[in-house]
Formats: sequence, C-alpha cells, structure tokens
Amino acid sequence: MNSLKRVIIFGATSAIAEHTARQLIAQGASLYCIGRNQQKLDAMLDDLKVRASNNQRVDGAVADLTDSSQHEVLIDAAEAFLGAVDGVMIAHGTLPDQKACQQDVARMREEIETNALSVVSLLTLLANRFERQRRGVIGVISSVAGDRGRQSNYVYGAAKGMVSIFAQGLRNRLAKSNVDVVTIKPGFVDTPMTAEFDKSGPLWAKPEQVAAGIIKAMQKGRGDVYLPWFWWGIMQIIKHIPEAIFKRLSL
Amino acid sequence: MSTIQSWNRLPRVSPKAVHTLTNRQETLPDTLPTPFLAHGNGRSYGDVCLTETGSLLMTRGLDRFIDFDPVQGIVRCEPGVTLGEVLALVVPHGWFLASTPGTKFATVGGAIANDVHGKNHHDVGSFGHHVRAFELWRSDGSVIECRPDQNGDWFRATIGGLGLTGLIRWAEIQLMPVQNPWMWVQSQRFSNLDEFWVLNREAETNWPYTVAWIDCLAKGKARGRGILLSGQHAAAQTNVPAVKTSEKRVPFDPPFSLINGLSLRAFNKLYYRQPVKPQGGLTHYAPYFYPLDAIQDWNRIYGRKGFYQYQCVIPPEQAEEATAALLDTIAKHGEGSFLAVLKTFGSKPSLGMLSFPRPGTTLALDFPNRGDKTLRLLCELDVIVKEAGGALYPGKDARMSGELFQSGYPEWQTFSEYIDPNFSSRFWQRVTQ
Repeated sequence: MNSLKRVIIFGATSAIAEHTARQLIAQGASLYCIGRNQQKLDAMLDDLKVRASNNQRVDGAVADLTDSSQHEVLIDAAEAFLGAVDGVMIAHGTLPDQKACQQDVARMREEIETNALSVVSLLTLLANRFERQRRGVIGVISSVAGDRGRQSNYVYGAAKGMVSIFAQGLRNRLAKSNVDVVTIKPGFVDTPMTAEFDKSGPLWAKPEQVAAGIIKAMQKGRGDVYLPWFWWGIMQIIKHIPEAIFKRLSL
Repeated sequence: MSTIQSWNRLPRVSPKAVHTLTNRQETLPDTLPTPFLAHGNGRSYGDVCLTETGSLLMTRGLDRFIDFDPVQGIVRCEPGVTLGEVLALVVPHGWFLASTPGTKFATVGGAIANDVHGKNHHDVGSFGHHVRAFELWRSDGSVIECRPDQNGDWFRATIGGLGLTGLIRWAEIQLMPVQNPWMWVQSQRFSNLDEFWVLNREAETNWPYTVAWIDCLAKGKARGRGILLSGQHAAAQTNVPAVKTSEKRVPFDPPFSLINGLSLRAFNKLYYRQPVKPQGGLTHYAPYFYPLDAIQDWNRIYGRKGFYQYQCVIPPEQAEEATAALLDTIAKHGEGSFLAVLKTFGSKPSLGMLSFPRPGTTLALDFPNRGDKTLRLLCELDVIVKEAGGALYPGKDARMSGELFQSGYPEWQTFSEYIDPNFSSRFWQRVTQ
C-alpha cells in the first residue's frame, strides 16, 4: 500500500482533482496544489483548510504548466512545503474543440502542448526524483479517448495516447525502484469540462466517484485503471474492432 | 438542451441554456440568454428552480467552504454546499443547523431562497433567522453584502426570494450547539384530528421538534389519525449506540406510479400501526431529520409522470376547521398521499418578504400525477386554503393560480422592486402574469 500522506496535485482546480484533494484531506493528508486560475485556487485552498485538521498542511501556487521551465521550481517549492513527497497527481488538461483543431495547426499544437507535452515534461522530472527516493506513487489522468483514435476527438485522443504510453514505459522503468505509476482513464465524467454534453445517459459518472477510484488505485499502486470499472469492458470491445470496420464507424 | 428537473419531475421544461458555475467570482459569458436563474441541487418542487425562457446557472459547482469558526459556530460557504455537507463538517465539532428541512440534499442557496423550515419552527423560526450574512451578485455587476442590519431591505427580499434578486455568492450561517449526533425522540399515536390538537399543544411546549404524520385515507371518526413525533437533541451520553447507515436506491423509472390506491392504503395502515415509543428513545440525527434521504432517487417511485406536492399553511383561528375540511376532501377523492405531514408553526415572524412560514398549521401532501383528476382535487383544496386566508408554499408548487399566490403573499409587489431585471423563473412568470 502506498501512503498518500503528503501529495502534490497539478491541475488541482479541475473538478476531479478538487474532489480527490477533498477526499485526501478527509484521510489526513497534507497537500500542495497547483492551479492555473488564482481565484479558483484561492477558493479551493480556503475550502481545504476549513476541512483539514490542525496538523494537516495545505498550500499551493498558481502556474501555467505549459511553461515547462517552471516545473522544477514548482516541485522544489512543493517538496519544501510538504517536507517529503509520497505521491503526485497530474490532472491538468483541456478538452479541445476538435473541429477548430482540424482547421488551425497552431491551435492543434497548443492542445498537444497542454494535454501531452506539459504532462510528460513533469513526468520526466518527477520520475528522477522518485527513482532516487525509491518509493512513492505518481498518478496521471489520461483518458479512454487515448486508447483508440476516433474522428470526433483524435487530437485529444492522440495527446492522451502519448500520456498513456509514456506512463506505461515509466511504470516499467520505475518498477524496480519500488515506485508506482498509475494511468487513470476516466470515461464520461460530469464536470464543467463536459458542460456541453447531455448527461442523462447511464455512462456518466460523478467526479467524486472517480476521485475515490483514483485514490484507491494510487494506494494500491495499480497500472492502467479505467474509472468507473466498466469502461475496461467497453474499451476492450472498442480496441478490438478490426480497423477495416472501425474506420467506417462514426464514433 | 437536456431537461433539468425539479424533485417532483413536474413540469418537464427545458432551459435555453445551462451554465455550470465553478468560480464564485467569474463573469458570466455575454452569450448566455437571459433571464438567469440559479439552480442548486434540484430539491425544490415545481418550477421555482426552472426556466423555459433563459439560462439556468448551476450552483452545485460552488461547493466550497470559506470559513468555519468552531468556537462561535459560524460557517461561511458558497451557495452550492449542501446542508448535508455542512453537517458533515460541523457535527463533529458539536454544532448543528439551527433549522433544517426534511432533506439534507438541499443547498444553502436553495435553503435561503425558499426560506425553508424544520420541525422546530415553533422554537427557532425558519432558516432565514439563522442567516448572518450573504453576498448578492446582481446582473449589472454590482455586489451587495446583506445582513439583517445592513442592506436590510435586500436581506428581507432575498430570504425566501425564490432566487429572483440575483445570485448568492456566499452565505454565513449561525449554527446551534449540540452534545452529540443523537436525538431523543418520542412517538405517540393519536386516533383522530381532535386528539392531535391536544397532544400537539402539549408537545410544543415541551419539545423543540414536533411533527405529525397523518393517515389521510382514514375517514369518519378516524379522520386525521396518525403519529406525533417529538424530539430534542440528546443530552451528553456515556453510551451512544453504534450508527447504522444503509443507503438504498430506486434504480430505474417504473413505467407507472408504484403509489396507487392499493399500496397507499396498505402503507398508511401499516404506518399507523407501527409500534410507538411513548417513553422515548435515541435515534441518530440522519434517520430522524432525513428519513427519505436514505433512499436515493425516491422520487422515481411515482413513475415518469412525476407527482404534485401540496403544502399549505392555515392561520391559527381557521386551522382546526380548515384542516378537517382538507382531509375530508382528500379522503372523498380517494387520492391519498403517501406521506401527509402536519405541523404547527410558531409565532416568530419570518424575515423574508415572500417567506412561507407564518403562524398557523401547515399540511404537506404528495399526490401521484394522474392528470386532470389530480389537478381538480388540488383546485378544491385551494378553495379551502383561500377561504381560510392561507397560502401555498412556492418551493413546492407546480400549479397554483396567480390569484392564490398574490393573496397569500401580500408583499409580492414590494418584493418585485428588488428582482434583478435579468433574473426570473417559470414560477414567477406563471403567478404574476
């Protein structure tokens, strides 16, 4: 079991990350939260401080994670605040407008930068630190969309696919150092990021459910985790449809 | 656009747009169609939380605490925090909500907007009496901090103001001290309405919480028979029982209402015959205050057509006569209610211009939606309420006439001067046009 007593959260103000932070606080953790929006981060930190007990510590910093030159400084600040780091969760990301990305190379590259390159940059730095301390867990939020390219969102899918494969390789590398890398693949989650969708179907999960699944998976040091669990089955089917058929489907 | 429903699943209407708020200081996009209306956790009934002509501002994403003072028992939070989330934070510190409705899934914003009340109204008044302050955001970008003695007219307009005066960005609530999460509860059976009045008068002087459940199908000599539950927060105990929690869920929409003549009669009879505890006993606060919350999505038992809630208040002088007339009418139609709840309000005047609680007796019922047949019964009940000088609860209404609303809420025109020009609800449009 991995301890999650001192945790850094990147992209902390996303709905899934914020619920994860609350649940970690309920379990006695101290947290360092990094978010992009000052107002949202401040509101979140105030909330976590109200929920925390006196011997738990909560702080954070505002940062644009697409600026990878800041990553080292952020991790240093977090480690200095927490004393030591048991776990890291990387949760930042956007849901690109696929149609717009098809028309605009700059926009497409921006989305890849945010959803893939900034994540693997962080992972590179974190991996070396965890490898040295020979314990800990890194959780990365990828997506079921990264399992197979589909016309409706392959820019997002490609970025998440990169994150999944990078994390898979890292998991392989760090296994001998007693460090777990957990790839989290949420299905449809009812968050502001998906505000435009009709959420009446049975496949939609609440962010607090997904957050509970993330904490469990990180504690157990699991590998690829689909949340909720039934997405594993759905993605097995989707991954195994022969390409000749798949390319004609409108998914 | 997806349909967003209120708790009784009536009416089925869709807003022009839905906007999820996650940052209480955010500026709304210019493209959002007006009028706006805040929508919390969808626990009110009817259309006070619905719009067909504008945008719903979903406040459940504004669910952060801002401050909690465990010494003074003051909590400040965003409007989308539910009452259950407040309790989870404050009960371990020895505090409780001074006034709470029958569901802990209501949000703080919704509790203010409907000036909700609880079983202890005769002792402490309604939710609004325990609101210390809140910040009101207006669509022109201005912000008004309201307290009973600061911008007091805005305070009085917004307490019970049905979300029409603007968006509450945070609220500060005064809590009440308790020794533990337990309640000492006594239950007594009464065999008709006359017995209820006697028992209830006695219980009110001795207990902070009182409420009665009525078998509304019983006729003649048994009319108004039921069970009176009196409660108080338990004293410090050396031996508190272990907490048993079980959550059940109604997993699907039955094709028709499971509440029909047969099941109603059986349920009401069994409920009346349940063993009572006149000597009292300990109960955890959750099953005492929120019995239906243990069944997630209980509103589904009425099927896809939904149901009507009917909650009225009758002034004290007319209470006995009008309550009897209401029960007679319901029994005559055979359109019984699953849970008929009877309670007397205390004399503490409500703070809100449109607050529902006022001295008198309140009766709450729910009826499966059987179309015209149900509506005809409700209209008959309206006549009794109106003649007795009573009023219906907007937070539970999907069909009252403008006339009945306006007679029950004489301050409605004064109130309307405080409405944000870019806020409205289907309810408001219905009862004022």
